[in-house]
Amino acid sequence: MAVIATADTRLVVQGITGREGAFHALRNRAYGTQVVAGVTPGKAGEDVEGIPVFDSVADAVDKAGANTSLVVVPPRFAAEAILEAADAGIGQIVCITEGIPAHDMLEVYHYVRPRGIRLLGPNCPGALSPGIANIGIIPAEVFSPGPIGLVSRSGTLTYQIGGELAAAGLGNSTIIGIGGDPVIGTSFIDALDLFEADPETEFIVMVGEIGGTDEEKAAEVIAERITKPVVAYIAGFEAPPGKTMGHAGAIISGSSGTAAAKKAALEARGVPVGTNPTEAARLVVERLGA
Amino acid sequence: MDLYEHQGKELFAQAGIPVAEGRVAFTPEEARAAAEDLGGRVVVKSQVLTGGRGKAGGVKVVDGPGPAHEAAGAIIGLDIKGHITRRLLVERAVAIADEYYFSITFDRAAKMPLLMLTTMGGMDVEAVAEEHPERLARLHVDPALGYRGFHGQRLMSEAGVPVAERKALAPLLAALYGVFADRDAMLVEVNPLVRLEDGSFLAADAKVTIDDNALYRHPDIEAMRDLAAADPQEQAAREADLAYVKLDGDVGILGNGAGLVMSTVDVIAQVGGRPANFCDVGGGASAEKIATALGIVLSDDKVKSVLFNIFGGITRGDEVAKGLLGALEQTEVRAPIVVRLDGTNATEGRALLAAAARPEITVEETMLGAAETAVRLAGEVA
Repeated sequence: MAVIATADTRLVVQGITGREGAFHALRNRAYGTQVVAGVTPGKAGEDVEGIPVFDSVADAVDKAGANTSLVVVPPRFAAEAILEAADAGIGQIVCITEGIPAHDMLEVYHYVRPRGIRLLGPNCPGALSPGIANIGIIPAEVFSPGPIGLVSRSGTLTYQIGGELAAAGLGNSTIIGIGGDPVIGTSFIDALDLFEADPETEFIVMVGEIGGTDEEKAAEVIAERITKPVVAYIAGFEAPPGKTMGHAGAIISGSSGTAAAKKAALEARGVPVGTNPTEAARLVVERLGA
Repeated sequence: MDLYEHQGKELFAQAGIPVAEGRVAFTPEEARAAAEDLGGRVVVKSQVLTGGRGKAGGVKVVDGPGPAHEAAGAIIGLDIKGHITRRLLVERAVAIADEYYFSITFDRAAKMPLLMLTTMGGMDVEAVAEEHPERLARLHVDPALGYRGFHGQRLMSEAGVPVAERKALAPLLAALYGVFADRDAMLVEVNPLVRLEDGSFLAADAKVTIDDNALYRHPDIEAMRDLAAADPQEQAAREADLAYVKLDGDVGILGNGAGLVMSTVDVIAQVGGRPANFCDVGGGASAEKIATALGIVLSDDKVKSVLFNIFGGITRGDEVAKGLLGALEQTEVRAPIVVRLDGTNATEGRALLAAAARPEITVEETMLGAAETAVRLAGEVA
């Protein structure tokens, strides 16, 4: 089964004729994802190594049966690209683009959410179901199939933890990168609910970082309705307040958003929290081994 | 990007929001000239990007040019929570009847702008929220709807603004929301929002933060950036499109991806070291960008060792190795460098480093091992 990236995924890549778009479209296809179309306005009729290019997402849906979109377009055009996909009837949109203005994302969020459209990102690495499909830029070679659902705000940190789990012989059902921006389409809570419902997932690892209160809210939901065991890791214990740590959303404002507060909230709900990736992986091994 | 009070007020004035007439001054002489120009009583205010200016002695009300010169002399150079005062705002003093508070924040949790209004202005709003929560009116604006007149009416009613004052206050609230929405602000805060003795309202302070990702739409705001106040490393990093935050220690840190670098900073501290910086070279960094980043990290004199932590996704290990070796060719690297390479093309990258056999470079297998070595090396140099 897995989630988001599945055997049923029929992917259209928005921005496929760009350098990044072409690279990742082909990489995703090589992994086994059904990449059925690309979109670049004005380039209909062309193809990228056999992947047909259309002028609009609507055409990709009509003519190639696309049901999921990967948005790899520059930040100034990305919000509109997401809205175009939503308007064309795409049910799942994965946006890799970093640097989209937050006010643009407010508009996008409030358009897609009430329509039940899944938006993953922006500023995220995508979703990978090892052995099944890869949507986005996660380096698949780090991961193998297994029972752990992994959800993270950070790309490379996901790879780090995935690598540590792989070294312990543990694989993943799906790896979901939710992104590091202030306004993202899929929250920790959404990902936890997906994993809870997914029969392939037996164990959940959640990787958070400073900023906002999503980890705290996730802790409440875990206590309320997640029956599968969860282990967490939080990055940014040493981050100074008021400074944006790379991700636009990773900022401690006043006393809110600290790693210590998130760790405390999770631990209060019975979720063990590692203070570095190695310790987090060890916590998983201890629990899965038992 | 955080704006100085006078810059925020410039945006306010453009949107038709009343502010006191004022001049920016960098020296006591300029403050004297400004006071002369404005005439009468003036307020001399430190312009720093932090709160608590009043308590720190950074705001003085004076009569005339001479006292303004004297006040400016006392305020310039004043350290307010680590921010040194380099510029002043000299404003015409106004006759204040009442002090209110109004703000618009970008509420990430609700994913909507949040309006807050209280008639208990002039004090710390967090204290109002704590001690008199019933006096702090809060209201979300649905972005699809935008700000409407009823938002202001509801807020003023809930905050207990006297009915007679509402007609004068309502247009200000709407105009401030206009600044928030039109200028891609993450925060617009006015504390105090004052009622003058003549019954009109005026923004007596301005705290405005603009979304960095939207600055391309606002070149006039981008031009307001105070290059002199920026840390030299942070400034160089911004120009090179690198995410860099200066910390206080002696172990320089470079990595790819915000989360991984934050985690590396934590691990350095956990193994007993002191991180000197956060530096994210980003995804898909080229050899040239890696070399630039290393130069910036090493330009901090405190740095005694450098930890290079790369887990390749889009970023390729061989590119990282080439960038690092290239940097070593171009400049003399004065500190030992510990490299940990994993992920895409890591094997190729490690082979390149091994072939070059540079004495400055130590290669480690794991993140934890690399952190321990970097901290040990920093200690040896010290």
